[in-house]
Amino acid sequence: MSEPFLVGENLTGGYGSADILHGCTIAVDKGEIAVIVGPNGAGKSTAMKALFGMLVLRKGGVRLEGRSIDELSPSQRVMNGMGFVPQTSNVFPSMTVEENLEMGAFIRRDDCNDTMTEVFDLFPILKEKRKQPAGQLSGGQRQQVAVGRALMTRPKALMLDEPTAGVSPIVMDELFDRIIEVAAMGIPILMVEQNARQALAIADHGYVLVQGRNAFSGSGAALLADDEVRKSFLGG
Amino acid sequence: MAGTASEHVTLRAVLLAVTIVVLLLLTGYLQSWNTALVILDMGLISAVMALGVNLQWGLAGLFNVGIMGFVALGGLATVLVSMPPTTAAWSAGGGRAILAILAGAATIAAALFVWRRIPGGAARGFAVFAVLLIGFVLYRWLLDPAVDAIESVNPAGTGYLGGLGLPILLSWPVGGLLAAGAAWMIGKTALGLRSDYLAIATLGISEIVIAILKNEDWLSRGVKNVVGLPRPVPYEVNLQSDPAFVAKASELGLNPVMASTLTVKLAYAGLFAVVLIILLLLAQRALHSPWGRMMRAIRDNETAASAMGKHVTARHLQVFILGSAICGIGGAMLTTLDGQLTPGTYQPLRFTFLIWIMVIVGGSGNNIGAVLGGFLIWFLWVQVEPIGHWLMSLITSGMADGSALKAHLLASAAHMRLMTMGVILLLVFRFSPRGLVPER
Amino acid sequence: MDWLNALIVLANFVVVPALTYGSQLALGALGVTLVYGILRFSNFAHGDTMAFGTMATILATWALQSLGMSFGALPTALLALPFGIIGTALYLLATDRLIYRFYRRQRAKPIVLVIVSAGVMFFTNGLVRFIIGPGDRNFADGERFIVTAREFKEMTGLSEGLAIKTTQGITVLTAIVVVALLFWFLNRTRTGKSLRAYSDNEDLALLSGIDPERVVIVTWLIVAALATIAGTLYGLDKTFKPFIYFQLLLPLFAAAVIGGLGNPLGAIVGGFIVAFAEVTVTYAWKKVLGYTLPDDIVPSGLVQLLSTDYKVAVSFSILVLVLLFRPTGLFRGQSL
Repeated sequence: MSEPFLVGENLTGGYGSADILHGCTIAVDKGEIAVIVGPNGAGKSTAMKALFGMLVLRKGGVRLEGRSIDELSPSQRVMNGMGFVPQTSNVFPSMTVEENLEMGAFIRRDDCNDTMTEVFDLFPILKEKRKQPAGQLSGGQRQQVAVGRALMTRPKALMLDEPTAGVSPIVMDELFDRIIEVAAMGIPILMVEQNARQALAIADHGYVLVQGRNAFSGSGAALLADDEVRKSFLGG
Repeated sequence: MAGTASEHVTLRAVLLAVTIVVLLLLTGYLQSWNTALVILDMGLISAVMALGVNLQWGLAGLFNVGIMGFVALGGLATVLVSMPPTTAAWSAGGGRAILAILAGAATIAAALFVWRRIPGGAARGFAVFAVLLIGFVLYRWLLDPAVDAIESVNPAGTGYLGGLGLPILLSWPVGGLLAAGAAWMIGKTALGLRSDYLAIATLGISEIVIAILKNEDWLSRGVKNVVGLPRPVPYEVNLQSDPAFVAKASELGLNPVMASTLTVKLAYAGLFAVVLIILLLLAQRALHSPWGRMMRAIRDNETAASAMGKHVTARHLQVFILGSAICGIGGAMLTTLDGQLTPGTYQPLRFTFLIWIMVIVGGSGNNIGAVLGGFLIWFLWVQVEPIGHWLMSLITSGMADGSALKAHLLASAAHMRLMTMGVILLLVFRFSPRGLVPER
Repeated sequence: MDWLNALIVLANFVVVPALTYGSQLALGALGVTLVYGILRFSNFAHGDTMAFGTMATILATWALQSLGMSFGALPTALLALPFGIIGTALYLLATDRLIYRFYRRQRAKPIVLVIVSAGVMFFTNGLVRFIIGPGDRNFADGERFIVTAREFKEMTGLSEGLAIKTTQGITVLTAIVVVALLFWFLNRTRTGKSLRAYSDNEDLALLSGIDPERVVIVTWLIVAALATIAGTLYGLDKTFKPFIYFQLLLPLFAAAVIGGLGNPLGAIVGGFIVAFAEVTVTYAWKKVLGYTLPDDIVPSGLVQLLSTDYKVAVSFSILVLVLLFRPTGLFRGQSL
């Protein structure tokens, strides 16, 4: 089996002296959606930050396309093709939607109009509100701006930290639809999600983290069907 | 480990204190005892002010740029408390002037009341504006004729309301009270917002206070100055005409004139030292009290503290008022030493930053450090000038006499002091931010 | 009621001076607000930066004049401006590299940077006095008036004259040009947008690959230009004395705060609000009232709300009012 496109192997580390992650492994392959779920404090966001280089790893490493990227800073990882959508504070509120997308493509020197058209096709509401300041949009629309911004770099892999946090169920469905479309474009997507049931329903791979460790792994459908997982984390 | 660190701090304090004493003694021997005592007197006053500023910065992390304003209020207090009242002026317009001030205060209170009571919107804005406008007109209508009347009573000699004719030592705590009042007003306005805002607000308070002192002749004689403030210590001439004193002086081998000036300065030094010691003891008690520990906890982690329910802004206000009051006391002491109130000599820029350098160099967060820093920096500030001149003459000695460059360089020796002070502030803040005698 | 004459008096003593002063404050407050929004601290050294910039321009002006160059009817200082800006830019970049960068890298608390900027202010103040001396420097040359009071009276036949000085006209025109350029830069260029993005959300800007050091350098360059131009215009219009720029610090901050710290449009509006407030409150309205009210109810005094000695009280009161009632300012800058 070939190596997954993006893999964080045996990640162990934390923010200070205490470790939050204890040897957990996360991987996602081209065209796939991988989802990290688990109870609060399980280290889901921390695992994602570790993949992005915002954490000091005591053990383990991160590989992109087979090459280790441990030495790269977050900005450098962006330039190497990793897109990251933080959970909060993920847009430029005083800048228009269009300017937000432009800033997303900042590192690109070539003409990014094509990409912007693609993003507008993907998120039609953004085209409608392109001249509005991003801070004035609703929560769900802001999330779309945030994802669109990350897509502007034509990332090789996209990482989303709780994209549906604080949005209504309808908006959540819509967001997940879009995410599936993005994956269909061939971009591997790694997602941390609080809404475990809905997230696993669209996931090719699921990782259930408990206290910084892999508790369960498998395909999304398999995890949904698993009794133990259902009882512990999905409320039966 | 903590014990050793604390011992280090004490050692540093002792070393610094000894250094200062040695410097003063050297000045006495090499220059004159008069000079040494002049430096000592001002050093004591500076130390008091540094103590006040240290409370604000060291305990609460507040940056007060308006120190001079509080100092000036202390100076005003000496006039208001100790000068004899000008009865003619009082009868001419004193009552009306007081009424005007009260009307002004009432207007502001009314405006705030209206603001709180009426729900937001254009109506509220108009209402507040109307209240302020009417109040202002009333205030001016009351005040202007009163001021004219007061100032026309013997303008050359008095032309102002005078004071209460009480002993001048009373003006020291009164100066503290005046400063505390102003600090309360500024603090209520600017605290609770980002830390920059207090700095900006205090930038203005000193300008306002000094503008008032310079222009409201009926209160402070403005730029005509109030001279001849009563003294808490004997006058030199009185000492010189006292036979017992003259006899004692010749025993010590001093002529009466020299002896009298030295005695007067020593007397002031004694008074100032008493005040300094009292304030220092109080400040140390406060620092080590539960209140002081809470203040430092807030300073170190404000978000955590407010999450725990500590009223951060209220605490900051307390410290701001206390520190400013101490500066006010220092201001009263300063004007007492001068024997006159000369508003024109209050220079916000220079003196304020000098005090800041004292606190930062001495040790921010450490009361004793700030006090010692006060002495040290004042000493340097005074002595650097002659050294600067000497240095500049040395540098320009090779140049032709009467060359423009030489004249320019010699004249600019004074500005070297400003630049040097700025550099010292930056260097110490960067490389030794905890100062010579750091916080424990 | 002589409306025309009243209007002319108003224009001559209130509107024209306030527009001029407002333009100068607007340019200065823009510098303050940009540093606050992008570099995230209140730059107490800005007033003396303006002094430094003006000093550099004056030195360059003298150099040009000694070479026999002049600008005809306009002040030679305008030709010397680019040199002044370059000198100031180098100075600001040096202070950043030597002083501010250390604290920025440490992510120091904002108040630390304020104190440090106060140290820089102190040093710059001394440096300017050291180089050019503390005295008055009048460096305006060229034509003094675009239209003198007498010419105006002859042209219109009115009894009141309106004089417009060359420096006043230049100030307003230059301000318009500079502001237009700045807004074009911030809104239409990639670099300008990156500055706005960095000001808006620093972490996200870094994640987007925006180079923070480049942002800082560009900001200081713009601030140097704004400070030099504002200071030079002010010095041309009034006179150059090193300590007056420290006194501008309070009106500048008041203008930036009232507009909303961090908001460029707010700084401009704030500048004019402060300028007009200062001029109208300290103006003696007697003459205007004399032309507009019936003779018997014209007040006998000067009708001056505050004497000019209390100019500082105007900007201070505005500041206090804003802090009490709306700390984020008119345009919702960053206040907390």
